[in-house]
Amino acid sequence: MCRDLATEVEKLLLQPGSYVRKKAVLTAVHMIRKVPELSNIFLPPCAQLLHERHHGILLGTVTLITELCERSPAALKHFRKVVPQLVQILQTLVTTGYSVEHSISGVSDPFLQVQILRLLRILGRNHEESSEVMNDLLAQVATNTDTSRNAGNAVLFETVLTIMDIRSAAGLRVLAVNILGRFLLNNDKNIRYVALTSLLRMVQSDHSAVQRHRPTVVECLREPDASLSRRALELSLALVNSSNVRAMTQELQSFLESCLPDLRADCASGILLAAERFAPTKRWHIDTILRVLTTAGTHVRDDAVANLTQLIGGAQELHAYSVRRLYSALAEDISQQPLVQVAAWCIGEYGDLLLEGGCEETEPLQVEEEKVLALLEKVLQSHMSLPATRGYALTALMKLSTRLRGDNNRIRQVVSIYGSCVDVELQQRAVEYNTLFRKYDHMRAAILEKMPLVERGGTPDEEAKESKEAQLSEAALVPTEPQASKLLDLLDLLDGTFEAAQPPPALEPSPGGTLVHLLDLPCASPAPASIPDLRVFEREGLQLNLSFVRPPGTPALLLITVTAVNTSGADVTHFVCQAAVPKSFHLQLQAPSGDTVPAQGGLPVTQLLRILNPNKAPLRLKLRLTYNHFGQSVQEIFEVNNLPMETWQ
Amino acid sequence: MIKFFLMVNKQGQTRLAKYYEHVEINKRTVLETEVIKSCLSRSNEQCSFIEFKDFKLICRRYAALLIVVGVNDTENEMAIYEFIHNFVEVLDEYFSRVSELDIMFNLDKVHIILDEMVLNGCIVETNRARILAPLLILDKMSES
Repeated sequence: MCRDLATEVEKLLLQPGSYVRKKAVLTAVHMIRKVPELSNIFLPPCAQLLHERHHGILLGTVTLITELCERSPAALKHFRKVVPQLVQILQTLVTTGYSVEHSISGVSDPFLQVQILRLLRILGRNHEESSEVMNDLLAQVATNTDTSRNAGNAVLFETVLTIMDIRSAAGLRVLAVNILGRFLLNNDKNIRYVALTSLLRMVQSDHSAVQRHRPTVVECLREPDASLSRRALELSLALVNSSNVRAMTQELQSFLESCLPDLRADCASGILLAAERFAPTKRWHIDTILRVLTTAGTHVRDDAVANLTQLIGGAQELHAYSVRRLYSALAEDISQQPLVQVAAWCIGEYGDLLLEGGCEETEPLQVEEEKVLALLEKVLQSHMSLPATRGYALTALMKLSTRLRGDNNRIRQVVSIYGSCVDVELQQRAVEYNTLFRKYDHMRAAILEKMPLVERGGTPDEEAKESKEAQLSEAALVPTEPQASKLLDLLDLLDGTFEAAQPPPALEPSPGGTLVHLLDLPCASPAPASIPDLRVFEREGLQLNLSFVRPPGTPALLLITVTAVNTSGADVTHFVCQAAVPKSFHLQLQAPSGDTVPAQGGLPVTQLLRILNPNKAPLRLKLRLTYNHFGQSVQEIFEVNNLPMETWQ
Repeated sequence: MIKFFLMVNKQGQTRLAKYYEHVEINKRTVLETEVIKSCLSRSNEQCSFIEFKDFKLICRRYAALLIVVGVNDTENEMAIYEFIHNFVEVLDEYFSRVSELDIMFNLDKVHIILDEMVLNGCIVETNRARILAPLLILDKMSES
């Protein structure tokens, strides 16, 4: 319909009746919004319409030109020519005295002024010439407008926005900032709001100018009005820099305590971000984050916990201090989940420092082992704790078993209770820790050592990470219990580099992406790469064969399938195969298909080994077999010689 | 661009509603209740400009009536604030000391006035005499 009527409307634009023309202009605006291609039709009449004296038509025309310029850059260029004319119109408006028709509380036709200013803004953006022409006019408008009434303020506001957007002279910009400063001090809330909004726009370009008004902005934070405080919050966060960070954080924290719930999340993340960028000392940083967590713990972002643990881990000298602070905070209140998580982690890691006493930076706090354990148990049992938090607490308890000097009965008790917990994650951990106590007690101290510093952005996992001893990397033991083999599968999924005996699912900051390839591989049989099989062992009818596959997609990976075949008359039972490789290799053993090799060439037992060889070093493989055959238990250790070159090149 | 123009009384009943952007009928009531809730809770000392979803609301209270205008981001809020006052002054001149009852019983005339002033979301006429001219001619015709 627009296309059909476009020509009609164009004709009407030139009709003698002003009433009709007024309506025609705005119809044209609507048409252009619907069908931008029609703009060509309406370009020519615009210049003529600008000569009108009827303000209604002028208003409509200016709107039409604005719309045209917004839609097409060609129109923009075309209309830059009319800038002098617009300037003229605006000047007459400003300088004429009182005119009954159009004045609104002393300002002559503020609506038209505002529209023209907006159009000038669009025309002058990024264009030196037009901006120069407008400079004088803008200065005149800015100084002459009466600011006692709202209409005047409206015009002034639009002027300031225009000055900001075009390429104006420096003096003019200073004038604009001063006007905004005056607005801020005004008692009227509307004006303050408007001033805060425009200052926010300016803060990127004229940072120093806006800094001058920082005290007033901070005062606006305390306003009870929601819109104002939101704007003030955004502006304050934008104004934080290294020199004023302490004062500003203080203000923002008091705001956090008293503000509305929907602003809390923004405020908390803003404070944390600012603290990260401008923290003067690490201790101050930790203090700030701690305070934010205690006041608005539930509203912080998820990675705040990870950031804080990483920060504390890095600040060696502050370990004692932070663990004390966290302990006292935790003792008071266990409902704020992020705080509880960080505190649990810290107590677990640095529990020995907590019990030592004698830290200069806080008051001497006498903490007993029993109290610490009681607190962690309370966290575990509390119904307010999230499953993740419980996980943290359980792991912390476990770590304390090596740090504390007392005996571990209490800890062992708790751990075994949670072995039958409904939550699968918790149950798994508890069972693993239990086994750690029972069977691998000699390794416990090594596994539960202090963690190395995690790289920022290493793993996103929120589980506790534990360090490993270097010697564990050489042997890879195959777990025998079926539940343990499930663990191993889980470890594969979790990108475990090595498996020691039932350690809790542990991740190290992986050495780059090589292990990721391991995970990306489908578990189905890879494409064959024709390396001949190798028989490595034979004794009394039991044969062990190795077959090799090098999947084409990952050059560093070697898959070995160990097959045990029994041609003798008696079954081979409790068959266990373990493998070890040199240090530079990564070895993963998957669970065997069974532990009994039936007699007379029955179903063989197979096991898959995955070896990653990033350095392309010569492969050496040592195998250890234990089994029962003919009523005797046999143990064999041997190195596999004559491995084909293709396995490691 | 003005998105809508509402006149509401203190109990939350809409006396006048004009939409310049198509909003479905059933969604209108929902929108109106939300808007009214955020505006009625304001007191006089608080700011008149509220941010609501993706547009801005400018509200102004006149005795028992609350006028709310929703605009998009490009508009000058203070100019719209003035515009609301202009509109009320025009009504005042036509009805001579307008009250809520006048608006309720002459809704058609109020719509005509609003249409003279705002066309498709843009302010087109703010001169009182010119706005009321067609209406006065109409009245003269109906009398005779």
